Amino acid sequence: MKNKMHNNNVSNDWLFEITPKNKFFSLNLKEVWQYRDLLFLFVKRDVITVYKQTVLGPLWYLIQPLFTSITFTIIFNNVAGINTGTVPPFLFNLAGITVWNYFTACLNGTSDTFKSNAAIFGKVYFPRIITPLSVVISNLIKFGIQFFIFIAFYIFYYFKGANLSLNGSILLFPVLITIMGILGLGLGMLISSMVTKYRDFSYFITFGIQLLMYLSAVMYPMELIKEKLPNYGWIVEYNPLAYIIETGRYMLLDVGEISIPGLLYTLVITIAVFFIGLLVFNKTEKSFIDTV
Amino acid sequence: MEKDIILKAENVSKQYRLGQVGTGTLSHDINRWWHQIRGKENPYLKIGDTNDRSTKGDSDYVWALQDINFEVERGEVLGIIGKNGAGKSTLLKILSKVTAPTTGSIKSRGRIASLLEVGTGFHGEMTGRENIYLNGAILGMTKKEISSKLNEIIDFSGCERYIDTPVKRYSSGMTVRLAFAVAAFLEPEILVIDEVLAVGDAEFQKKAIGKMQDISKGEGRTVLFVSHNMAAIETLCTRVISMQYGRICGDGNATKVISDYLQNSSFSERKINFDNIQEAIGNENIRILYAAIENASVPDKEDVIDVTSAMDFKLKIVNQTNAERISLGYDLTTIKGDVVFGSGGKFDCKIGKITELCCKIPANLLNDDLYQINVYFHTNEMRGLYNNGELLTFEVKDVKRESGYLGKINGIIRPQLKWEISHE
Repeated sequence: MKNKMHNNNVSNDWLFEITPKNKFFSLNLKEVWQYRDLLFLFVKRDVITVYKQTVLGPLWYLIQPLFTSITFTIIFNNVAGINTGTVPPFLFNLAGITVWNYFTACLNGTSDTFKSNAAIFGKVYFPRIITPLSVVISNLIKFGIQFFIFIAFYIFYYFKGANLSLNGSILLFPVLITIMGILGLGLGMLISSMVTKYRDFSYFITFGIQLLMYLSAVMYPMELIKEKLPNYGWIVEYNPLAYIIETGRYMLLDVGEISIPGLLYTLVITIAVFFIGLLVFNKTEKSFIDTV
Repeated sequence: MEKDIILKAENVSKQYRLGQVGTGTLSHDINRWWHQIRGKENPYLKIGDTNDRSTKGDSDYVWALQDINFEVERGEVLGIIGKNGAGKSTLLKILSKVTAPTTGSIKSRGRIASLLEVGTGFHGEMTGRENIYLNGAILGMTKKEISSKLNEIIDFSGCERYIDTPVKRYSSGMTVRLAFAVAAFLEPEILVIDEVLAVGDAEFQKKAIGKMQDISKGEGRTVLFVSHNMAAIETLCTRVISMQYGRICGDGNATKVISDYLQNSSFSERKINFDNIQEAIGNENIRILYAAIENASVPDKEDVIDVTSAMDFKLKIVNQTNAERISLGYDLTTIKGDVVFGSGGKFDCKIGKITELCCKIPANLLNDDLYQINVYFHTNEMRGLYNNGELLTFEVKDVKRESGYLGKINGIIRPQLKWEISHE
């Protein structure tokens, strides 16, 4: 179906060309940079509008992880008797949930990028990647607030005499969170592209995330699952998220162990997922409006 | 001098899949992929019908656009007209990079910004000022650019008092004003506008049109304008493209293309004509051989009827009753069924012979709308003989207006009335 263009007076000073076929990989970083103000404004919009017309406002950011941690502490530590070592179980759970929440927020927020922005994507062009990027960044602010509450409880327990010590690797904590964000973004972009055609994925994601949490060492140390379920422990070991949660807790609370091969594995998976996500996302953005 | 082409479309086509996306999609996707890895042509790209909504096609795929070729010069205001489903919006979507063409390409020497349905990306919870920034950024402006034009934008929108109020408290008219203001100060080389003038009051329309003319004439920028409003198109555009079934069927001078388009597009039944009595509509009492609304203002009776045209309602009937004197009347109704007026009388029609009747409808009476003719025949004693509820359907078109207001003028009729003015 290729039509040879018969261009008389060939002038190649066109600013741009709109064509059907996408190059195998085309992320126009220059263009994304041109739209950086839009990225900033999207983040601002997300932050200031999310809790408008609620009484408690940003307090909702705090209520959710606190109550989840309390529930986990009661169920998993007090009832099921999971041992968290010297660290208070509540703090153990709060650390896991805070890090985990950032991942789910990124994944949830980006996985319906195309579907929920169909109205605006159907009318104006801008680099679509701006939208999921803004989700990841605005969730970082939410994560910051939740992390703050963790610090508050950390100090509280410290003065209560709990045996807490910081680990020097805490300095690498921002790197860990960045990896978490990129993994969420990559997976979200992948899913959002597939949701445009097959809605089945949006059903999958709701229970998939729940299921994934139990496999990600959020409310138990990784050691424990290997010890108690030696036959199934490998599932958790193959889950890159489990390493991020475990490492996060190691940095914040100095519990558990850090696994360098595990972290490298996580890094490789994250980069792979991100690039596959980006590839599929790029392919989808050109024609999704016809199928959404 | 060589023409300064700013935009060029070459063999642009766009294919859509009809029907629902469901389990069938997956099998097509797999089949397509299977062909692709064997280096064969996409099996679904070949088949495709002309995109005519009303007829049933054979295949699941249609071409919404087929072989679109055109060039636009810098500073031109190009109007695009066509029926619903002719492919106008698809073309604009491709131009504004919202969707990609299936084949062909579009080349541009300037930034394209579109104003497809204003207010895109407005967030109700944010204030007018915040929305100006957000909307501007969505349309491709940087924060700095917006800041430098903020006062002008606010001033142009006329929403100064409400600028720090959340947009959800705005009236729909105010939202449109604000959105148009942002886009008007966007300064792209090519501005794409889709049906924005349908909203807003007369004063704002005038302002918007003035701004559009400034953009094209004063600043030498190019405007592509899609509308169903022929009055607006004719006023604003230097050149018009008319589209039908996904193809370009007219390109050139605005007045010429518009009148061609109107002539072809009338979906009304202005005339019925039968050669012999057996085929003619009617019943054993009355047969109607010919009925038509003719344009009485110009030599060509079939010419488009606009609000300034006088009309002849012509009838050729055969009286098959046994009495010459019959009562004949008609109601002229709007398409919604409101009777505008009725007229009739008692006439002597020779039995078995063709009788011609003509009723003169004056100019400057009907508004631009669709109207219907209902006829009824009675005996001299007012016993029913025959009636036809929708004998004819015809459209009265609008004309170019001086006032600058381009929206629909209200009312079932649109008489030209005399005004007198005096001073004490």
